[in-house]
Amino acid sequence: MDLANIYRAEYGRCVATLARLLGDINLAEEAVQDAFTTALQKWQTPPPNPGAWIVTTARNRAVDRLRRESTREARHAQALLLHHQDEPQEVGPVRDDQLRLIFTCCHPALAPEARTALTLRLLGGLEVPEIARAYLVQEATVAQRIVRAKKKIRDAAIPYRVPAEHELPDRLPPVLTVLYLMFNEGYASTAGPLIRTDLCAEAIRLARELAALMPDEPEVLGLLALLLLTEARRPARLDPTTGELVLLADQDRALWNRALIAEGHDLVRRCLRRNRPGAYQIQAAISAVHTDGAATDWPQVLALYDQLLALVPTPVVALNRAVAVAEVHGPAVALAALEGVDLPGYHRLPATRAELLARLGRNYEARAAYDQAAALATNETERAYLQNRRTELTREWRAS
Amino acid sequence: MKQYLLSVHFVEGAPTPSDEEMQTMFRETGRINDDMQAAGAWVFAGGLTSPESATVVRADNGTTTMSDGPFAETKEHIAGFWVIKCADLDAALAWAERCAAACGPVEVRPFDDLSQA
Repeated sequence: MDLANIYRAEYGRCVATLARLLGDINLAEEAVQDAFTTALQKWQTPPPNPGAWIVTTARNRAVDRLRRESTREARHAQALLLHHQDEPQEVGPVRDDQLRLIFTCCHPALAPEARTALTLRLLGGLEVPEIARAYLVQEATVAQRIVRAKKKIRDAAIPYRVPAEHELPDRLPPVLTVLYLMFNEGYASTAGPLIRTDLCAEAIRLARELAALMPDEPEVLGLLALLLLTEARRPARLDPTTGELVLLADQDRALWNRALIAEGHDLVRRCLRRNRPGAYQIQAAISAVHTDGAATDWPQVLALYDQLLALVPTPVVALNRAVAVAEVHGPAVALAALEGVDLPGYHRLPATRAELLARLGRNYEARAAYDQAAALATNETERAYLQNRRTELTREWRAS
Repeated sequence: MKQYLLSVHFVEGAPTPSDEEMQTMFRETGRINDDMQAAGAWVFAGGLTSPESATVVRADNGTTTMSDGPFAETKEHIAGFWVIKCADLDAALAWAERCAAACGPVEVRPFDDLSQA
Protein backbone atom coordinates (compact mmCIF):
# COMPACT_ATOMS: atom_id res chain seq x y z
CA MET A 1 0.00 0.00 0.00
CA ASP A 2 1.51 3.33 -1.01
CA LEU A 3 1.28 6.55 0.95
CA ALA A 4 -1.43 8.01 -1.33
CA ASN A 5 -3.74 5.06 -0.60
CA ILE A 6 -2.97 5.20 3.11
CA TYR A 7 -3.70 8.93 3.06
CA ARG A 8 -7.08 8.37 1.38
CA ALA A 9 -8.00 5.55 3.77
CA GLU A 10 -6.74 7.04 7.02
CA TYR A 11 -6.96 10.84 6.66
CA GLY A 12 -10.60 11.22 7.69
CA ARG A 13 -10.35 8.77 10.57
CA CYS A 14 -7.25 10.48 11.94
CA VAL A 15 -8.72 13.99 11.61
CA ALA A 16 -11.85 12.79 13.41
CA THR A 17 -9.87 11.40 16.33
CA LEU A 18 -7.60 14.45 16.55
CA ALA A 19 -10.65 16.76 16.41
CA ARG A 20 -11.91 15.09 19.56
CA LEU A 21 -8.51 15.20 21.26
CA LEU A 22 -7.91 18.86 20.35
CA GLY A 23 -11.48 20.14 20.26
CA ASP A 24 -10.70 22.05 17.06
CA ILE A 25 -10.99 20.97 13.42
CA ASN A 26 -8.30 23.31 12.06
CA LEU A 27 -5.74 22.19 14.63
CA ALA A 28 -6.68 18.57 13.94
CA GLU A 29 -6.17 18.96 10.18
CA GLU A 30 -2.80 20.71 10.65
CA ALA A 31 -1.61 18.02 13.04
CA VAL A 32 -2.63 15.18 10.70
CA GLN A 33 -1.03 16.90 7.70
CA ASP A 34 2.17 17.39 9.74
CA ALA A 35 2.14 13.69 10.61
CA PHE A 36 1.75 12.64 6.94
CA THR A 37 4.63 14.95 5.99
CA THR A 38 6.74 13.22 8.65
CA ALA A 39 5.62 9.82 7.34
CA LEU A 40 6.74 10.79 3.85
CA GLN A 41 10.24 11.48 5.18
CA LYS A 42 10.52 8.58 7.64
CA TRP A 43 8.70 5.56 6.23
CA GLN A 44 10.82 3.14 4.25
CA THR A 45 7.86 0.78 4.33
CA PRO A 46 4.59 1.67 6.10
CA PRO A 47 4.20 0.42 9.70
CA PRO A 48 1.70 -2.44 10.30
CA ASN A 49 -0.93 -0.04 11.67
CA PRO A 50 -0.40 3.22 9.77
CA GLY A 51 -3.47 4.90 11.31
CA ALA A 52 -2.17 4.42 14.85
CA TRP A 53 1.24 5.77 13.80
CA ILE A 54 -0.38 8.87 12.25
CA VAL A 55 -2.61 9.52 15.28
CA THR A 56 0.29 9.21 17.74
CA THR A 57 2.60 11.35 15.61
CA ALA A 58 -0.12 13.95 14.99
CA ARG A 59 -0.83 14.09 18.70
CA ASN A 60 2.85 14.60 19.54
CA ARG A 61 3.22 17.23 16.82
CA ALA A 62 0.14 19.03 18.16
CA VAL A 63 1.60 19.07 21.67
CA ASP A 64 4.87 20.55 20.34
CA ARG A 65 3.04 23.14 18.30
CA LEU A 66 0.71 24.13 21.14
CA ARG A 67 3.65 24.55 23.55
CA ARG A 68 5.13 27.13 21.17
CA GLU A 69 1.89 29.03 20.80
CA SER A 70 -0.02 30.93 23.42
CA THR A 71 -3.29 31.82 21.71
CA ARG A 72 -6.55 31.20 23.44
CA GLU A 73 -7.34 28.25 21.15
CA ALA A 74 -3.93 26.73 21.79
CA ARG A 75 -4.36 26.97 25.55
CA HIS A 76 -7.82 25.46 25.29
CA ALA A 77 -6.56 22.58 23.12
CA GLN A 78 -3.63 22.00 25.47
CA ALA A 79 -6.00 21.74 28.40
CA LEU A 80 -8.09 19.20 26.48
CA LEU A 81 -5.01 17.15 25.59
CA LEU A 82 -3.90 17.09 29.24
CA HIS A 83 -7.39 15.99 30.18
CA HIS A 84 -7.21 13.13 27.68
CA GLN A 85 -3.79 11.99 28.95
CA ASP A 86 -5.50 10.08 31.75
CA GLU A 87 -7.18 7.90 29.15
CA PRO A 88 -5.43 4.77 27.97
CA GLN A 89 -3.16 5.59 25.02
CA GLU A 90 -5.05 5.49 21.72
CA VAL A 91 -4.30 2.41 19.67
CA GLY A 92 -5.37 4.21 16.53
CA PRO A 93 -8.25 6.15 15.11
CA VAL A 94 -11.47 5.58 17.05
CA ARG A 95 -14.45 4.72 14.85
CA ASP A 96 -16.94 6.66 16.97
CA ASP A 97 -14.91 9.78 16.26
CA GLN A 98 -15.79 9.56 12.58
CA LEU A 99 -19.45 9.29 13.38
CA ARG A 100 -19.16 12.32 15.66
CA LEU A 101 -17.40 14.28 12.92
CA ILE A 102 -19.86 13.33 10.17
CA PHE A 103 -22.76 14.55 12.30
CA THR A 104 -20.85 17.80 12.88
CA CYS A 105 -20.12 18.21 9.14
CA CYS A 106 -23.78 17.55 8.28
CA HIS A 107 -25.27 19.68 11.05
CA PRO A 108 -28.54 21.30 9.91
CA ALA A 109 -27.18 24.70 11.07
CA LEU A 110 -24.66 24.55 8.18
CA ALA A 111 -25.61 25.42 4.59
CA PRO A 112 -26.45 22.23 2.60
CA GLU A 113 -23.73 22.84 -0.03
CA ALA A 114 -21.18 23.38 2.76
CA ARG A 115 -22.11 20.05 4.39
CA THR A 116 -21.08 18.00 1.35
CA ALA A 117 -17.88 19.96 0.76
CA LEU A 118 -16.88 19.69 4.41
CA THR A 119 -17.65 15.96 4.57
CA LEU A 120 -15.57 15.27 1.45
CA ARG A 121 -12.70 17.40 2.76
CA LEU A 122 -12.58 16.20 6.37
CA LEU A 123 -13.78 12.61 6.16
CA GLY A 124 -12.88 11.78 2.56
CA GLY A 125 -9.56 13.62 2.59
CA LEU A 126 -10.36 15.11 -0.85
CA GLU A 127 -8.49 18.29 -1.74
CA VAL A 128 -10.34 21.51 -2.57
CA PRO A 129 -9.62 21.29 -6.37
CA GLU A 130 -10.99 17.70 -6.44
CA ILE A 131 -14.20 18.79 -4.70
CA ALA A 132 -14.51 21.80 -7.04
CA ARG A 133 -14.13 19.52 -10.09
CA ALA A 134 -16.68 17.05 -8.74
CA TYR A 135 -19.31 19.74 -8.20
CA LEU A 136 -18.48 22.02 -11.12
CA VAL A 137 -17.87 25.04 -8.94
CA GLN A 138 -14.93 27.40 -8.61
CA GLU A 139 -12.13 26.29 -6.28
CA ALA A 140 -12.38 29.64 -4.48
CA THR A 141 -16.09 28.98 -3.83
CA VAL A 142 -15.40 25.55 -2.34
CA ALA A 143 -12.53 26.90 -0.25
CA GLN A 144 -14.72 29.71 1.05
CA ARG A 145 -17.60 27.35 1.89
CA ILE A 146 -15.25 25.12 3.87
CA VAL A 147 -13.61 28.02 5.71
CA ARG A 148 -16.99 29.55 6.59
CA ALA A 149 -18.41 26.23 7.77
CA LYS A 150 -15.37 25.52 9.97
CA LYS A 151 -15.59 29.03 11.41
CA LYS A 152 -19.26 28.56 12.21
CA ILE A 153 -18.57 25.19 13.85
CA ARG A 154 -16.05 26.91 16.12
CA ASP A 155 -17.87 30.22 16.73
CA ALA A 156 -21.32 28.77 17.29
CA ALA A 157 -19.92 25.75 19.21
CA ILE A 158 -21.52 23.07 17.02
CA PRO A 159 -20.72 20.02 19.17
CA TYR A 160 -18.76 16.89 18.22
CA ARG A 161 -21.15 14.27 19.34
CA VAL A 162 -23.48 11.63 18.03
CA PRO A 163 -27.02 12.94 18.47
CA ALA A 164 -29.24 11.27 21.06
CA GLU A 165 -31.87 8.79 19.89
CA HIS A 166 -34.69 11.38 20.01
CA GLU A 167 -32.67 13.83 17.88
CA LEU A 168 -31.96 11.33 15.09
CA PRO A 169 -35.16 11.97 13.10
CA ASP A 170 -33.87 15.52 12.48
CA ARG A 171 -30.17 14.81 12.38
CA LEU A 172 -29.80 11.57 10.42
CA PRO A 173 -31.52 12.64 7.14
CA PRO A 174 -28.96 15.38 6.31
CA VAL A 175 -26.13 12.84 6.80
CA LEU A 176 -27.84 10.32 4.51
CA THR A 177 -28.51 13.07 1.95
CA VAL A 178 -24.83 14.04 1.85
CA LEU A 179 -23.75 10.42 1.25
CA TYR A 180 -26.48 9.91 -1.36
CA LEU A 181 -25.53 13.09 -3.24
CA MET A 182 -21.85 12.20 -3.04
CA PHE A 183 -22.55 8.81 -4.63
CA ASN A 184 -24.92 10.26 -7.22
CA GLU A 185 -22.42 12.87 -8.31
CA GLY A 186 -19.91 10.08 -8.73
CA TYR A 187 -22.33 7.84 -10.60
CA ALA A 188 -23.87 10.41 -12.95
CA SER A 189 -21.42 13.29 -12.96
CA THR A 190 -22.73 16.67 -13.98
CA ALA A 191 -19.82 16.93 -16.41
CA GLY A 192 -16.64 15.17 -17.39
CA PRO A 193 -16.56 11.36 -17.43
CA LEU A 194 -19.98 9.90 -16.62
CA ILE A 195 -18.77 7.88 -13.68
CA ARG A 196 -16.30 9.10 -11.08
CA THR A 197 -15.36 5.99 -9.14
CA ASP A 198 -13.51 7.90 -6.39
CA LEU A 199 -16.67 9.71 -5.26
CA CYS A 200 -18.70 6.48 -5.42
CA ALA A 201 -16.09 4.57 -3.45
CA GLU A 202 -15.89 7.28 -0.79
CA ALA A 203 -19.68 7.44 -0.39
CA ILE A 204 -19.85 3.65 -0.02
CA ARG A 205 -16.96 3.62 2.45
CA LEU A 206 -18.67 6.25 4.63
CA ALA A 207 -22.09 4.53 4.31
CA ARG A 208 -20.46 1.27 5.42
CA GLU A 209 -18.93 3.02 8.44
CA LEU A 210 -22.30 4.56 9.28
CA ALA A 211 -24.07 1.18 8.95
CA ALA A 212 -21.45 -0.50 11.15
CA LEU A 213 -21.90 2.21 13.78
CA MET A 214 -25.71 2.46 13.59
CA PRO A 215 -26.85 -1.09 12.69
CA ASP A 216 -30.29 -0.45 14.18
CA GLU A 217 -31.23 2.39 11.82
CA PRO A 218 -33.04 0.80 8.86
CA GLU A 219 -32.66 3.88 6.63
CA VAL A 220 -28.86 3.70 7.07
CA LEU A 221 -28.93 0.05 5.96
CA GLY A 222 -31.33 1.00 3.16
CA LEU A 223 -28.98 3.70 1.87
CA LEU A 224 -25.99 1.34 1.99
CA ALA A 225 -27.98 -1.35 0.13
CA LEU A 226 -29.08 1.17 -2.50
CA LEU A 227 -25.50 2.34 -3.08
CA LEU A 228 -24.14 -1.24 -3.26
CA LEU A 229 -26.83 -2.44 -5.68
CA THR A 230 -26.31 0.59 -7.92
CA GLU A 231 -22.53 0.21 -7.78
CA ALA A 232 -22.89 -3.51 -8.63
CA ARG A 233 -24.36 -2.60 -12.04
CA ARG A 234 -21.67 -0.02 -12.86
CA PRO A 235 -19.41 -2.39 -14.91
CA ALA A 236 -22.29 -2.91 -17.37
CA ARG A 237 -23.42 0.70 -17.58
CA LEU A 238 -21.09 1.80 -20.37
CA ASP A 239 -20.44 -0.11 -23.59
CA PRO A 240 -16.82 -1.36 -23.29
CA THR A 241 -16.00 -0.62 -26.95
CA THR A 242 -17.93 2.58 -27.69
CA GLY A 243 -18.11 4.02 -24.16
CA GLU A 244 -21.81 4.68 -24.73
CA LEU A 245 -24.51 4.49 -22.08
CA VAL A 246 -26.29 1.10 -21.86
CA LEU A 247 -29.81 1.04 -20.44
CA LEU A 248 -30.69 -1.40 -17.66
CA ALA A 249 -32.74 -3.68 -19.94
CA ASP A 250 -29.86 -4.00 -22.42
CA GLN A 251 -27.08 -4.47 -19.85
CA ASP A 252 -24.94 -7.62 -19.84
CA ARG A 253 -25.92 -9.10 -16.46
CA ALA A 254 -22.80 -11.26 -16.44
CA LEU A 255 -20.80 -8.07 -15.85
CA TRP A 256 -22.64 -7.21 -12.66
CA ASN A 257 -20.75 -7.58 -9.38
CA ARG A 258 -22.31 -10.66 -7.75
CA ALA A 259 -20.67 -10.07 -4.34
CA LEU A 260 -22.09 -6.54 -4.05
CA ILE A 261 -25.52 -7.78 -5.18
CA ALA A 262 -25.50 -10.54 -2.54
CA GLU A 263 -24.51 -8.02 0.15
CA GLY A 264 -27.18 -5.55 -1.03
CA HIS A 265 -29.92 -8.20 -1.10
CA ASP A 266 -28.96 -9.33 2.39
CA LEU A 267 -29.29 -5.75 3.66
CA VAL A 268 -32.69 -5.33 1.95
CA ARG A 269 -33.91 -8.52 3.66
CA ARG A 270 -32.71 -7.18 7.02
CA CYS A 271 -34.67 -3.96 6.34
CA LEU A 272 -37.82 -5.91 5.43
CA ARG A 273 -37.61 -7.81 8.73
CA ARG A 274 -37.50 -4.49 10.62
CA ASN A 275 -40.64 -3.37 8.80
CA ARG A 276 -39.97 0.36 9.27
CA PRO A 277 -39.96 1.39 5.58
CA GLY A 278 -38.33 4.62 4.44
CA ALA A 279 -37.37 6.27 1.15
CA TYR A 280 -33.88 4.73 0.92
CA GLN A 281 -35.09 1.27 1.86
CA ILE A 282 -37.80 1.31 -0.81
CA GLN A 283 -35.32 2.51 -3.46
CA ALA A 284 -32.96 -0.27 -2.34
CA ALA A 285 -35.81 -2.78 -2.66
CA ILE A 286 -36.45 -1.54 -6.22
CA SER A 287 -32.76 -2.03 -7.01
CA ALA A 288 -32.96 -5.49 -5.44
CA VAL A 289 -35.84 -6.45 -7.75
CA HIS A 290 -33.85 -5.19 -10.76
CA THR A 291 -30.87 -7.33 -9.78
CA ASP A 292 -32.86 -10.46 -8.88
CA GLY A 293 -33.09 -13.27 -11.43
CA ALA A 294 -32.72 -13.02 -15.19
CA ALA A 295 -35.25 -10.24 -15.79
CA THR A 296 -36.92 -7.46 -13.81
CA ASP A 297 -40.28 -8.22 -12.17
CA TRP A 298 -41.92 -4.95 -13.26
CA PRO A 299 -45.27 -5.29 -11.40
CA GLN A 300 -43.28 -5.58 -8.18
CA VAL A 301 -41.17 -2.55 -9.11
CA LEU A 302 -44.35 -0.57 -9.81
CA ALA A 303 -45.86 -1.58 -6.45
CA LEU A 304 -42.70 -0.33 -4.73
CA TYR A 305 -42.80 2.95 -6.68
CA ASP A 306 -46.43 3.43 -5.61
CA GLN A 307 -45.28 3.03 -2.01
CA LEU A 308 -42.36 5.43 -2.58
CA LEU A 309 -44.56 8.05 -4.24
CA ALA A 310 -46.97 7.95 -1.29
CA LEU A 311 -44.04 8.53 1.07
CA VAL A 312 -42.08 11.03 -1.08
CA PRO A 313 -44.51 12.70 -3.51
CA THR A 314 -41.85 14.47 -5.62
CA PRO A 315 -41.73 14.94 -9.42
CA VAL A 316 -38.50 12.86 -9.66
CA VAL A 317 -40.23 9.86 -8.03
CA ALA A 318 -43.26 10.38 -10.31
CA LEU A 319 -40.89 10.34 -13.30
CA ASN A 320 -39.16 7.12 -12.21
CA ARG A 321 -42.51 5.51 -11.47
CA ALA A 322 -43.69 6.33 -15.02
CA VAL A 323 -40.91 4.11 -16.39
CA ALA A 324 -42.33 1.17 -14.39
CA VAL A 325 -45.89 2.10 -15.47
CA ALA A 326 -44.77 1.84 -19.12
CA GLU A 327 -43.46 -1.69 -18.55
CA VAL A 328 -46.62 -2.87 -16.78
CA HIS A 329 -49.44 -0.91 -18.44
CA GLY A 330 -47.82 0.31 -21.67
CA PRO A 331 -46.41 3.63 -22.91
CA ALA A 332 -49.77 5.41 -23.34
CA VAL A 333 -50.68 5.01 -19.65
CA ALA A 334 -47.13 6.05 -18.66
CA LEU A 335 -47.34 9.17 -20.82
CA ALA A 336 -50.63 10.08 -19.18
CA ALA A 337 -49.00 9.55 -15.74
CA LEU A 338 -46.38 12.14 -16.70
CA GLU A 339 -49.03 14.80 -17.40
CA GLY A 340 -48.54 17.62 -14.93
CA VAL A 341 -45.08 16.43 -13.85
CA ASP A 342 -42.83 19.46 -14.00
CA LEU A 343 -39.03 19.32 -13.61
CA PRO A 344 -37.61 22.48 -15.17
CA GLY A 345 -34.11 22.00 -16.57
CA TYR A 346 -33.92 18.25 -15.88
CA HIS A 347 -33.12 16.32 -19.09
CA ARG A 348 -34.54 13.01 -17.87
CA LEU A 349 -38.17 14.22 -18.11
CA PRO A 350 -38.08 14.97 -21.88
CA ALA A 351 -35.81 11.91 -22.38
CA THR A 352 -38.42 9.63 -20.79
CA ARG A 353 -41.25 11.29 -22.73
CA ALA A 354 -39.25 10.86 -25.93
CA GLU A 355 -38.80 7.13 -25.25
CA LEU A 356 -42.52 6.67 -24.58
CA LEU A 357 -43.55 8.69 -27.65
CA ALA A 358 -41.16 6.63 -29.80
CA ARG A 359 -42.72 3.40 -28.52
CA LEU A 360 -46.14 4.76 -29.46
CA GLY A 361 -44.84 5.51 -32.96
CA ARG A 362 -45.31 9.25 -32.43
CA ASN A 363 -41.88 9.85 -33.96
CA TYR A 364 -42.28 13.50 -34.81
CA GLU A 365 -43.01 14.39 -31.17
CA ALA A 366 -40.39 11.92 -29.95
CA ARG A 367 -37.67 13.64 -31.98
CA ALA A 368 -38.62 17.04 -30.57
CA ALA A 369 -38.49 15.60 -27.05
CA TYR A 370 -35.04 14.01 -27.71
CA ASP A 371 -33.79 17.39 -28.96
CA GLN A 372 -35.11 19.06 -25.83
CA ALA A 373 -33.47 16.41 -23.60
CA ALA A 374 -30.11 16.60 -25.42
CA ALA A 375 -30.10 20.38 -25.04
CA LEU A 376 -30.63 20.05 -21.28
CA ALA A 377 -28.18 17.18 -20.61
CA THR A 378 -24.94 18.49 -19.10
CA ASN A 379 -23.01 15.24 -19.32
CA GLU A 380 -21.36 14.48 -22.69
CA THR A 381 -22.02 10.70 -22.54
CA GLU A 382 -25.70 11.20 -21.80
CA ARG A 383 -26.05 13.84 -24.52
CA ALA A 384 -24.41 11.53 -27.07
CA TYR A 385 -26.81 8.73 -26.07
CA LEU A 386 -29.86 10.98 -26.58
CA GLN A 387 -28.62 12.22 -29.96
CA ASN A 388 -27.98 8.63 -31.05
CA ARG A 389 -31.49 7.59 -30.07
CA ARG A 390 -32.87 10.47 -32.12
CA THR A 391 -30.79 9.48 -35.14
CA GLU A 392 -31.87 5.82 -34.86
CA LEU A 393 -35.47 6.93 -34.72
CA THR A 394 -35.10 8.95 -37.92
CA ARG A 395 -33.45 5.94 -39.59
CA GLU A 396 -36.18 3.48 -38.48
CA TRP A 397 -38.78 5.92 -39.65
CA ARG A 398 -37.23 6.28 -43.08
CA ALA A 399 -36.82 2.49 -43.37
CA SER A 400 -40.43 1.73 -42.53
CA MET B 1 -20.17 27.73 28.52
CA LYS B 2 -21.13 29.68 25.42
CA GLN B 3 -23.57 32.55 25.34
CA TYR B 4 -26.17 32.92 22.60
CA LEU B 5 -28.55 35.68 21.59
CA LEU B 6 -31.98 34.32 20.71
CA SER B 7 -33.78 37.15 18.93
CA VAL B 8 -37.43 37.26 17.92
CA HIS B 9 -38.21 39.21 14.77
CA PHE B 10 -41.31 40.96 13.73
CA VAL B 11 -42.17 41.96 10.19
CA GLU B 12 -43.80 45.34 9.54
CA GLY B 13 -47.28 44.97 8.09
CA ALA B 14 -47.74 41.41 9.34
CA PRO B 15 -51.17 40.92 10.96
CA THR B 16 -51.19 41.89 14.64
CA PRO B 17 -51.87 38.92 16.90
CA SER B 18 -55.21 38.87 18.70
CA ASP B 19 -55.43 39.51 22.45
CA GLU B 20 -55.90 35.82 23.00
CA GLU B 21 -52.81 35.00 20.94
CA MET B 22 -50.82 37.62 22.86
CA GLN B 23 -51.93 36.08 26.16
CA THR B 24 -50.81 32.61 25.00
CA MET B 25 -47.47 34.07 23.84
CA PHE B 26 -46.87 35.79 27.21
CA ARG B 27 -47.85 32.70 29.15
CA GLU B 28 -45.56 30.41 27.12
CA THR B 29 -42.71 32.95 27.24
CA GLY B 30 -43.08 33.08 31.02
CA ARG B 31 -42.86 29.30 31.17
CA ILE B 32 -39.75 29.25 28.99
CA ASN B 33 -38.10 31.87 31.23
CA ASP B 34 -38.88 29.79 34.32
CA ASP B 35 -37.48 26.63 32.73
CA MET B 36 -34.36 28.47 31.54
CA GLN B 37 -33.77 29.79 35.05
CA ALA B 38 -34.29 26.36 36.58
CA ALA B 39 -31.78 24.90 34.07
CA GLY B 40 -29.25 27.65 34.76
CA ALA B 41 -29.38 28.78 31.11
CA TRP B 42 -31.14 32.14 31.58
CA VAL B 43 -28.96 35.26 31.46
CA PHE B 44 -31.41 37.95 30.37
CA ALA B 45 -34.63 38.28 28.43
CA GLY B 46 -36.94 41.07 27.39
CA GLY B 47 -39.54 42.27 24.92
CA LEU B 48 -39.12 45.56 23.10
CA THR B 49 -41.56 48.32 22.19
CA SER B 50 -42.17 49.12 18.54
CA PRO B 51 -39.23 50.40 16.43
CA GLU B 52 -40.87 53.87 16.08
CA SER B 53 -39.92 54.52 19.69
CA ALA B 54 -36.22 54.06 18.89
CA THR B 55 -33.63 56.85 18.75
CA VAL B 56 -30.30 56.58 16.96
CA VAL B 57 -27.31 58.35 18.50
CA ARG B 58 -24.20 59.11 16.44
CA ALA B 59 -20.93 60.48 17.77
CA ASP B 60 -18.73 61.58 14.86
CA ASN B 61 -15.69 63.82 15.24
CA GLY B 62 -16.82 65.12 18.58
CA THR B 63 -20.34 66.05 17.47
CA THR B 64 -23.26 64.06 18.72
CA THR B 65 -26.40 63.83 16.62
CA MET B 66 -29.64 62.12 17.38
CA SER B 67 -32.31 60.98 15.00
CA ASP B 68 -35.77 59.56 15.37
CA GLY B 69 -36.56 56.00 14.37
CA PRO B 70 -34.75 52.68 14.10
CA PHE B 71 -31.18 52.29 12.74
CA ALA B 72 -31.87 49.63 10.13
CA GLU B 73 -34.02 50.68 7.20
CA THR B 74 -35.69 47.31 6.87
CA LYS B 75 -39.14 45.88 7.32
CA GLU B 76 -37.91 43.42 9.96
CA HIS B 77 -37.11 44.48 13.50
CA ILE B 78 -36.10 42.78 16.71
CA ALA B 79 -39.18 42.47 18.89
CA GLY B 80 -37.57 40.76 21.85
CA PHE B 81 -34.70 38.52 22.82
CA TRP B 82 -33.14 36.10 25.22
CA VAL B 83 -29.50 35.85 26.21
CA ILE B 84 -28.76 32.31 27.33
CA LYS B 85 -25.71 30.33 28.32
CA CYS B 86 -25.31 26.67 27.49
CA ALA B 87 -22.76 24.04 26.50
CA ASP B 88 -23.11 24.10 22.73
CA LEU B 89 -25.24 25.04 19.72
CA ASP B 90 -27.46 21.95 20.03
CA ALA B 91 -28.51 23.01 23.51
CA ALA B 92 -29.16 26.58 22.27
CA LEU B 93 -31.19 25.25 19.32
CA ALA B 94 -33.33 23.16 21.65
CA TRP B 95 -34.27 26.30 23.62
CA ALA B 96 -34.77 28.24 20.37
CA GLU B 97 -37.23 25.60 19.18
CA ARG B 98 -39.46 26.33 22.17
CA CYS B 99 -39.02 30.11 21.77
CA ALA B 100 -39.94 29.87 18.08
CA ALA B 101 -43.06 27.84 18.85
CA ALA B 102 -44.14 30.60 21.24
CA CYS B 103 -43.07 33.75 19.36
CA GLY B 104 -42.30 32.97 15.69
CA PRO B 105 -38.92 32.72 13.92
CA VAL B 106 -35.92 32.99 16.23
CA GLU B 107 -32.37 33.83 15.18
CA VAL B 108 -29.68 32.06 17.22
CA ARG B 109 -26.42 33.95 17.27
CA PRO B 110 -23.36 33.07 19.36
CA PHE B 111 -21.56 35.75 21.36
CA ASP B 112 -17.94 36.35 20.51
CA ASP B 113 -15.84 34.44 23.07
CA LEU B 114 -13.65 37.49 23.65
CA SER B 115 -16.59 39.64 24.77
CA GLN B 116 -17.71 37.12 27.36
CA ALA B 117 -16.74 37.69 30.92
